Amino acid sequence: MTVDTFIAQRHLLANKKQTLVAMLGVTFGIAMFILMISFMMGVNKFMEDTMLSSTPDIHIYNDIKTDYSVSIAGDYYNDKQALIIVHHPKPKQVTLNIKNAHGIINDLRKDATIAHISPLLSTQVFYNYGSVQINGAINGVNIIEEAKLFDLASKMTEGVPENLLSTDKGILMGQGLADKLNLKMGDMVSLVTPKGTSMRLRVVGLFKIGIGTIDNTRSYVNLANVQQLMGEDKSYITDINVKLNDNKMAVIKAAELSKKYNYKAEDWETANSSVTASNLVRDVLTYVVSITLLVVAGFGIYNIMNMTINNKMKDIAILKAQGFAGKDIVQIFLSQSLFIGLLGALFGELLGFLLSYALSNVPFPHNDFISLKYFPVVFMPAHYIFGLVFGLVTPFVAGLMPSLKASKIDPVAILRG
Amino acid sequence: MNVALKVEHLNKHFRQPEDFHVLQDISFSINKGEFVPIIGKSGCGKSTLLYLLSTLDTDYDGKIIINDTLVTGKSQNELAQFRNENIGFVFQFHFLLPEFTALENVMLPALKLGRYPKEEIEAYAMEKLKQLQMDGFAHKLSSKLSGGQQQRVAIARALVNNPTIIMADEPTGNLDSGNTKLVFDIFNDLAHNQGITVVTVTHDMDFANNADRVIEMADGKIKL
Repeated sequence: MTVDTFIAQRHLLANKKQTLVAMLGVTFGIAMFILMISFMMGVNKFMEDTMLSSTPDIHIYNDIKTDYSVSIAGDYYNDKQALIIVHHPKPKQVTLNIKNAHGIINDLRKDATIAHISPLLSTQVFYNYGSVQINGAINGVNIIEEAKLFDLASKMTEGVPENLLSTDKGILMGQGLADKLNLKMGDMVSLVTPKGTSMRLRVVGLFKIGIGTIDNTRSYVNLANVQQLMGEDKSYITDINVKLNDNKMAVIKAAELSKKYNYKAEDWETANSSVTASNLVRDVLTYVVSITLLVVAGFGIYNIMNMTINNKMKDIAILKAQGFAGKDIVQIFLSQSLFIGLLGALFGELLGFLLSYALSNVPFPHNDFISLKYFPVVFMPAHYIFGLVFGLVTPFVAGLMPSLKASKIDPVAILRG
Repeated sequence: MNVALKVEHLNKHFRQPEDFHVLQDISFSINKGEFVPIIGKSGCGKSTLLYLLSTLDTDYDGKIIINDTLVTGKSQNELAQFRNENIGFVFQFHFLLPEFTALENVMLPALKLGRYPKEEIEAYAMEKLKQLQMDGFAHKLSSKLSGGQQQRVAIARALVNNPTIIMADEPTGNLDSGNTKLVFDIFNDLAHNQGITVVTVTHDMDFANNADRVIEMADGKIKL
């Protein structure tokens, strides 16, 4: 132990109460930072998980073209001199299916960055049950692939996804929708398409994803049944859902696929930009509040160090007279500040962990639309490392100014009285 | 005799609140092992002179040479190191560090010098305290000691790095006559038996009359 740290240690121990108060400031700041960030990140993760349980990483589909810059009207008049203006153009009649869907799927299967692919045929329908008629949508899928994409097995409240394969005309229905239609397992429901065709299906499973708009409107049916219902052939597919090995790559990959196949490819972040935005808002809020807390703790340290140094003017003068240089004085007082910060931060991390752990065991108020049992909390080492770093940087900055001031004290002025 | 301290054409001004020529062209030298009080009326500049000699105050014109080393113009860090090795201080108000025991107070300058291991420093500091009959109080907090006791601890501290010069600013200013006599005897012994130069500012005429030589100051000049 150097003589400087010896003196610093003695100063800290001589004023235990003051040391403790300064330390508690840091402890509280860091603890709140850990608690807030763990909780906010937990909420973010929950939102993202919920979102990803209903949104594929990349959704490839045939969007209605809204590009009216080219017109064949010019060809019709075949007059180079004439200026042709078309008022109020309307989209031409198109089939919204993806041409050569099987070719694209086979091509996608060769891509190493893609984990799963699920082809989809989606259409608007009316659900009829007795005299009740509800607007909704059905997804015609290969249920095995779709289950892999969204982990459907864990979302089933009754039945299993594979029931769809063992039944001729089965339907997996959203829990909310089934409740509205008063449907139970094994009940029959009839669907009517906007074109007027209809089909009767048997409920073989109920699922609950945790998002009201999906649970109240969506059902899964075998792809072949939907193709039959719509009177289309076996190759008629409107969407391809893709799951990547790393969903952070979705933005880049989507652009690549869109260019390659010339269909619209939408990544999950774009499709859920409101969720991404609210995550960002929460992140910013967390950091702003946490940094405010730590800055306040920093001011606490600054005050206490200033007070200590004002009380120790004589001691500083005498140390300087005896041959302690300015850098020794800085070291003596800065090390006190850093010690307060380090110990405060360590206790803060412990307190923060305990509080977050406690919060993760508090039951979340029951809600039909949110599948949360407890408050969502994540435990990430990175948060604790950040807390520790900030717990050292704050007292360093807060302690530096008073320490430098101390090192500049003119001993003559004080010793002469 | 060897010269311990030499001053050439020392001039100092106080610039606040208005220019005041406090030390006017002072030159003198002090030999090794001399006990020299500096006396004079309040405001004659004797304390100012002492703080210039001690290297704590560097704002002056002229030259100060201590132990054949020109200290004028050295950086603050070099001066700190120089004081640590060569100069022992004794002040009027004792100025011990209150959080430390008497022994620790004595040890600190030696720990700063870092020339010997801690155990040796402790033994040597104890020896110095014994020399000043303070060994019985070694492990008491310095704030619990009486004024005379504190001053003796401060002298022990000034001696711990075996300095060649002791500088004292009114070392007996706060002491009763018994303790004053004690401090005088200690300084006398240091100068005459251990060859340490002692320069002290004092008001105490008894103190001054028994010394080897007196530097008397008046109005910023030395009276010869």
